[in-house]
Amino acid sequence: MSSSRRSRGLRNVAAYAALLPMAVTVLLAYLGTMAWSVRVSFSSSRTLPVDNFVGLAQYTKLFETERWMLSLQNMALFGVLFIVGCMVLGFALAVFIDQRVKGEGVLRTVFLYPYAMSFVATGLVWQWLLNPELGLQATIRGWGFESFTLDWIVQQDAVMYAIALAAVWQASGLVMALMLAGLRGIDDSLWKAARIDGIPPWRVYMSIVLPMLGPSIGTALVLLSVGVVKVFDVVVAMTQGGPGLASEVPAKFIMDNLFGRANIGLASAASTVLLATVLAVVAPWLYARHRAGAKAGAHG
Amino acid sequence: MSAVIDTPAMPVAMPARRPRALPRPARIGIYAFLLTAAAFFLLPLYVMLVTSVKPMEEIRLGHIFGLPMKMTLEPWVQAWSAVCTGLQCEGIQGGFWNSVAIVVPSTIVSILVGALNGYALSFWRPRFSNGLFLLLLIGAFVPYQVLMFPLVRAFASMSLFGTLPGIVLIHTTFGMPVMTLLFRNYYATVPRELFMAARIDGGGFWRIFVQLMLPMSLPIIVVAVIMQVTGIWNDFILGLTFAGREHLPMTVQLNNVINTTTGERLYNVNMAATLLTSLVPLVIYLVSGRWFVRGIAAGAVKG
Repeated sequence: MSSSRRSRGLRNVAAYAALLPMAVTVLLAYLGTMAWSVRVSFSSSRTLPVDNFVGLAQYTKLFETERWMLSLQNMALFGVLFIVGCMVLGFALAVFIDQRVKGEGVLRTVFLYPYAMSFVATGLVWQWLLNPELGLQATIRGWGFESFTLDWIVQQDAVMYAIALAAVWQASGLVMALMLAGLRGIDDSLWKAARIDGIPPWRVYMSIVLPMLGPSIGTALVLLSVGVVKVFDVVVAMTQGGPGLASEVPAKFIMDNLFGRANIGLASAASTVLLATVLAVVAPWLYARHRAGAKAGAHG
Repeated sequence: MSAVIDTPAMPVAMPARRPRALPRPARIGIYAFLLTAAAFFLLPLYVMLVTSVKPMEEIRLGHIFGLPMKMTLEPWVQAWSAVCTGLQCEGIQGGFWNSVAIVVPSTIVSILVGALNGYALSFWRPRFSNGLFLLLLIGAFVPYQVLMFPLVRAFASMSLFGTLPGIVLIHTTFGMPVMTLLFRNYYATVPRELFMAARIDGGGFWRIFVQLMLPMSLPIIVVAVIMQVTGIWNDFILGLTFAGREHLPMTVQLNNVINTTTGERLYNVNMAATLLTSLVPLVIYLVSGRWFVRGIAAGAVKG
C-alpha cells in the first residue's frame, strides 16, 4: 500500500466516472427500492402506492393472514429439509469421493450436473417423476410392489417433502464441490499423524476435519439459506403452490400480492419481513468474514 | 489489501489424492454408496430422455424406466415448433431465440461493468468506494421481491419495462455484485508494480484498463461468461417480471407449456421441451468442466 499517497483529485475523475454505474445501482436499484418498499409497507396502498400511512397495520394484517403464516411454515419446513439434506448428502459425497476412488472425475460431473439446470426444469422433471398415476409410484407398483406409495406431490401434508427432494437433487452437488475443495486443502500430515496415533478415519472426519472445514460449511450454509428465502421457481414449476395452498412460499405470496392481487402494501410488508430475515442470516457472516479479512490483510 | 470477502478457494487442479489404504469391505461400501448416489442423480436425466422419445400410448402404460419400444423423435419436433406456449402454438423455439437475445447482451454488458468496477476498486480506490462495494455485496443477498415492484414502476416510467434493453439492464443490475466481486478478487492477485509501471509510462485510467488489464483478465472472463450465460439462461423470475410478453425467455415459456396447458398432457413433448431448455447450460457445464466449478461459489451468491 506504499503508493496510496498518490494525489487524489483530477486524476481520479475517470475512476469516479467509471464507478458511477455501481453507485447508481447501489443507491437507486438497491437502497432506494428497499427504502421504497419499507415505506409502502407502512401505508394502506393497494393497486397504487399512496401516502396514507397506517403504521404497522399491514404487518398486523400480514400475520393474521392464514396464507402468509402457512407460507412461513412451509419455508421453515423446506429450509430444514433442504439445508440438512444438501449438507449431509454433499458432505458424504465429498468424503467418499476423497477416498482415492476410481472415476473421480466422472462421479464429480454426475453429482454436479443438476446444479447447471434451472430450478424450473428441476421442478418439471420431478413433477413428472413423482406423478402418482404414471411416474415412479406406478412403475414400482407395476413391478409387483402393489402397496408402494410415493404420492407426496398430491398430498397436502407431504408436498413440501417432494419440493425439498427436487431441490436437494439440484443443489447438493454444490455442497459437494465446496466441501471437496475444503478437504483437498487439508494437509496430508494430519492424516499421517492420525494414522500413527491409530485414530479411526471416521473419528478424524468427525472430530478434526469437520471443524477444520468451518469456513466452507459457513459459506455453504449461507448460500443454501439465501436459496431457502428466495425459493420460488421450483415451487411454481412443480406444484404452482398446490395442492390447494399446501406449498405456498413467501416469495410466491409476495409475487401474487404484487402482480396478481394488487395488494402492494401487504406485499411490501411481507417483503420487508423477508429482507429482515436475510439480513439476520447474512450480516453476521459478512461481518465475520470482514473481520477475518481485515486480520489477514493487516500487513498487506 | 485483502478482499473483504474472498471467493472461497476453489483449487483449479485438485492436488494429489490422499495416500490412505482402506480395508476391502470398506472400499466396497464406498463404491456402493457412490454408485447409488450416481444412480439417484442420473435417474431424472434418464427418465427425461426415454420419456421424450416414447409415443404417448407407451407412456400411458406407466413404465417410466422402460426403454421405448417404438422410438420417435416427433415429441422433440413438436416441442421445438408446434407446442402451445400460451396463445401461440409455435413451439418453444421463440423462447430459445428470446433467451439468446437476452443472454448475449446481458453477459457482455454485465461482464464489462464488473471488470470495470473491479479494476477501479482494486487499483484506483476512489474515496467511499469500499463502503459502496460492501453495500453492493449486501445487495447480492436481498430477495428480488423487495426490489421488484419499485423497479417495475421506475422502468415503466422510463418506457424500459418489457423491452429488451430493460431486461438487459435488470440482469446487469442483479449480476453486478457477483461480477464485481469476481474481478475485484482477480485483480487483487495482479502485482501492483505492474499497474504502477503503466502509470509511470503515462497510461491513463481507460488506457490501462483496455490495453493492459482486460487482456490479462482472459481466464476470469471465461469463468464470468460461464457463470452469466448459465445464470441468465436459467433465470425465471426476472424474465417473468421484466421481459414483457414479446421477450419471454425460454424458462418462462417452458413453464407455460407444461403448467398452463388445457386438455391432455403430452408428457413426452413436455420432457423434450424441458431437455431443450436445459441443453444450453448442460452443454456449457460438460464442456467447461473445472471452469464451471471455479465460478460456482461466487455464482451461487445470486440465485
